[in-house]
Amino acid sequence: MTKSLYGAKEASGIWIYLEQSQGQLEGVSLELVGKARELADGRGIPIVGVLLGDQVGDLAQEAIAAGADEVRVADDPLLRQYTTDGYARVVTEIILEGKPDILLLGATPDGRDLAGRIAVRLRTGLTADCTDLKLEEKSGLLIGEVWGFGGGVIAYIKCPDNRPQMATVRAGVFAVPKPDAARKGKVVNVPVKLSEKDIKVQVLEHVVGGGVDITRAEVLVAAGRGCQGDFTLVNELASLLDGEVGWSRVPVDEGWVSRDGMIGQTGYTTRPKLAIVCGISGAFQFTVGVEKAETIVAINIDAEAPIFEAADYCIVDDMFNVLPPLIEAVKKARGGNGGR
Amino acid sequence: MRPLQIIACVKVVPKPEEVKVDTKTMTIERGEVRSEINPPDMNVLEMALTLKEQHGGKVTVIAMGPPLFEPYMRLALAMGADEAYLLSDRAFAAADTLATSYALAQGIRKIGDYDLILCGEESSDGATAQVPPGIAEWLETSQITYAEDLEVLSDSKMVKAKRELAGGYEVIQVPLPCTVSVKIGANEPRFMDMERKVWAEADGPVTVWAASDIDVEAEMIGLPGSPTIVDGLAQAESTERKREFLEGTPEEQAKVLVERLRPYL
Repeated sequence: MTKSLYGAKEASGIWIYLEQSQGQLEGVSLELVGKARELADGRGIPIVGVLLGDQVGDLAQEAIAAGADEVRVADDPLLRQYTTDGYARVVTEIILEGKPDILLLGATPDGRDLAGRIAVRLRTGLTADCTDLKLEEKSGLLIGEVWGFGGGVIAYIKCPDNRPQMATVRAGVFAVPKPDAARKGKVVNVPVKLSEKDIKVQVLEHVVGGGVDITRAEVLVAAGRGCQGDFTLVNELASLLDGEVGWSRVPVDEGWVSRDGMIGQTGYTTRPKLAIVCGISGAFQFTVGVEKAETIVAINIDAEAPIFEAADYCIVDDMFNVLPPLIEAVKKARGGNGGR
Repeated sequence: MRPLQIIACVKVVPKPEEVKVDTKTMTIERGEVRSEINPPDMNVLEMALTLKEQHGGKVTVIAMGPPLFEPYMRLALAMGADEAYLLSDRAFAAADTLATSYALAQGIRKIGDYDLILCGEESSDGATAQVPPGIAEWLETSQITYAEDLEVLSDSKMVKAKRELAGGYEVIQVPLPCTVSVKIGANEPRFMDMERKVWAEADGPVTVWAASDIDVEAEMIGLPGSPTIVDGLAQAESTERKREFLEGTPEEQAKVLVERLRPYL
């Protein structure tokens, strides 16, 4: 067996890579701190955050308020932006120094870029894109739940011998913990041994923000093939309900929209109170991304579409026949409530 | 301009909608399931062939899997790839991402010359997206994940691409050789060339390598080389839903629906 750089006997603690972009922590990082806290409680396991960036020290307190006991901060101008080579090097050094038992990262583009690289560097196992985490009762081993085959199959994965036990976790599968500003923790500044020549990646352009985080939406109106590229009514209904708009894979493949609002296995996991799903047939690859919704409404022209298996209220019709009267009815109902 | 040596990593996957779990034995029933080239890997082949058209050079396909993958290697040749290698040996079986990326990296080392290693963003069966950075680490190349609009600056031996971020994108430039995971839908894969298909099926250069043909440590491949193990399988259970079908005209349906959704309005 490929041996990891350190073994289980030396390892302790659940560590979380705290991903930040432009001075803000990714929601999934806080979700992981909260989940780790829940797993650790009663077992006396320390929760340690790993934070890299340029003048990001303030964010450590946020992770502590969310449940971390300690945050190791590597602060350096060369870490201002994520680069695979710079970040992989510094994170690996921090891990080899602290020897965590478990290392969790958000399954974001950068989180996956980093995790795949350092898992090989540390010669350890990585369970990617988990939808749930637990600790095995007796051994305390991490068990990651993952979807396979488009979400039709769930597999439970563990890494018995190599350390750290690494996992990336999808955004939105755990709730963001309520911050406790009174919580105390330790902040440790880690010396950064990095020079300009260590970073071969040149970031020429970097554009983030302005987008909507659909993993946090309370009301979601989603459209698929049935919208034929026309999101006008979908947008109107969503804005009436103070909700957000999402879509399945087809509109992305068709080039109607970008991937920013794509729901499902290769897109986002959402947990809205209400999801109104229009013109989406409802393959597993999509439904895994909305199944945590409290109530699902499906509108589809095909009575046999699998989406109706996964919906509370079902309307068999063309979405363009249903949405105009639905929008009117919602307006009327909201008017009756005095609107919002 | 210098010709490009491009490696295209592909995988053959069961069609996801046909996969079922035998809940008694907790095994995946693959018997009746049809296979296909992993859809994101079609974007890989298209990108590789486009770059070859721009720069000249060679597209070499590599895959790891059972002998049933071989006809799919020939499909890649029919699309335009120059040659293909299939790493096929029982010793490679049941590999996780660490062992898979190691075996592929060693296969690529054996092929020898490479500027770009293109991989699909993820496979539709495993969907871990972790093999491309793994290959990059084993071979100590640079990496660009979730890439599109790839531009090879062959004079400076650099590659530039747009890369997806959480809620945005960046454009980065890294030195060659580089391992790239190609964003799903980054391009429109071409159809295969029917004349090439005849050639590919009869005479296409597909080489099958067993573990002993490439330089791999036996304990680092397949099941023994995989630190992660599957502890259990389950068929995904969907949440119980009301499944109430609303009847009548669209206006009537809308009215009933709004009644049902009152708590959310």
